[in-house]
Amino acid sequence: MAVVSLRNVGKVYPPQTKDGASVTAIDDVSLDVEAGDIYGIIGYSGAGKSTLVRLVNALERSTSGEIWVNGQNIAALRERELRQVRLGIGMIFQQFNLLGSRTVARNVAYPLEVAGYPKEQRTARVAELLDFVGLADKAGAFPDQLSGGQKQRVGIARALATQPSILLADEATSALDPETTHEVLALLKRVNAEFGVTIIVITHEMDVIQTLATKVAVMDQGRVIERGPVFDVFSNPQAAASARFVSTVVKGVPSPDELAVLRARHAGRIVTLAFRDSAVDQKAVFGELSGAGVAFEVVYGGINEIQGRPFGHLTLALTGADPVIDTVLAHIRTLTTVTEVR
Amino acid sequence: MDALIDLLPELWTATYETLYIVALTLFFGGLGGLLVGLGLYLTRAGSILENKPLFFVLNLLVNFIRPIPFIIFLAAAQPLARAVTGSGIGNNAIIFTIALAASFAMARIVEQNLLTVTPGVIDAARSVGAGPIRIIFTVLLPEALGPLILGYTFIFVALVDMSAVAGYVGGGGLGNFALLYGYRQYEPVVTWAAVLIIIVLVQFVQFFGNYLARRALRR
Repeated sequence: MAVVSLRNVGKVYPPQTKDGASVTAIDDVSLDVEAGDIYGIIGYSGAGKSTLVRLVNALERSTSGEIWVNGQNIAALRERELRQVRLGIGMIFQQFNLLGSRTVARNVAYPLEVAGYPKEQRTARVAELLDFVGLADKAGAFPDQLSGGQKQRVGIARALATQPSILLADEATSALDPETTHEVLALLKRVNAEFGVTIIVITHEMDVIQTLATKVAVMDQGRVIERGPVFDVFSNPQAAASARFVSTVVKGVPSPDELAVLRARHAGRIVTLAFRDSAVDQKAVFGELSGAGVAFEVVYGGINEIQGRPFGHLTLALTGADPVIDTVLAHIRTLTTVTEVR
Repeated sequence: MDALIDLLPELWTATYETLYIVALTLFFGGLGGLLVGLGLYLTRAGSILENKPLFFVLNLLVNFIRPIPFIIFLAAAQPLARAVTGSGIGNNAIIFTIALAASFAMARIVEQNLLTVTPGVIDAARSVGAGPIRIIFTVLLPEALGPLILGYTFIFVALVDMSAVAGYVGGGGLGNFALLYGYRQYEPVVTWAAVLIIIVLVQFVQFFGNYLARRALRR
């Protein structure tokens, strides 16, 4: 069952000035997040992804559609009623948003205070959480004494305090360096695996999606333009914006500029072969080529792996007699997609 | 100098009166400023209790009262002071008028200090289900505490200044003392004595305020 389900959700900001136009931030988005998913939402800045995630815990209110969270349409709730719902949804932020006037332990305790836990339970839970995120020794430190990665781990501990079933991560690693990013992503994976928390991750970094997410939605101008399992979107992106995101982490098909360089440098015919999952056997493809006596050289591309499944594109320069190459390419076409560039 | 020695009992009484007026106006004016400042902050566009008409009214009120020179405000607010305290002159009327003026001056300082709290921290509190009252007491005021203390220290000096001006309309204190026994009796030494005590007072409070603010900011 979907734990978060958006039905034709829209968010329109009223005009800022008398003659100004209203701004549509979210345009008719429908999306289902299943229990246990790590659902990535990717888009360029201004695509509406941050607004979308803030609708899920009603930090911002939608202007149309339904937002079902754990079986409750929160779009119909009033601010006071939302407070109970929010206890079931944790959130972490790009700028961490820790309370500077409180120690690490008291930051983590904050949601427990709001939820009305008695003091002994709070103390025990805080110790448990700080242990989980590996910051037990920082309980008495203040946020400004921590590194970025440590701050985000405190943010995660705070977000998990009331044992929510859903965690929203709004650009949670965008302010962190690559190594710290991977530490935080690994921690989020553990949150998902050990506590079964459903995670919605907002990011503009495809790397985050590749490492963490199981499903992905690509947003552009307030709309979801493509969605599906991460493997499908990565190995075979449909929308142009999706392909651009994929190309930031996956060296796939060479661009026209790159092709010109390749062609200048390599004699022979240049073909791009798609490899997707174990459906395409690389050994069979290369076997065909060497069997026919065609010399080949890999000049571009790479094989990636998402959730243990390989995919990618390899661009080859082939040298040999034209008729022989034609025959062998015809054979390979029965195995996989071949694009010849001239 | 002899004149000053003769006036020492009066000087101590005046010092005590100034402290009394400033303490009470700091309390009432500070409280009023906190409330109006919070009101401005909370009702502004995009804030947690956004309320455009209320913000407009508060904002207008503050802008209306703040630029009035205090000595004119003192005269203009006299009927109101009489209605509230029962008398248009004397320390109670003075305390009322200073507290009123200080409320509006302090309101802006409070508003500005609250605006330094990053909105994201309020988002974080809202995201765990905190309501507006809880956010005020557990997020806004603690996060802005350091600058707020400095703001109150700043207003303390203004209060000493206002209480001295109030000597003109029958308020007691060092202002009245300097005017009555110094200026009008051609005894500059007496005037300087009052000035000296005010300087010492202000220095002491400023050091104390800085100390508290440093503690709150932990630096």
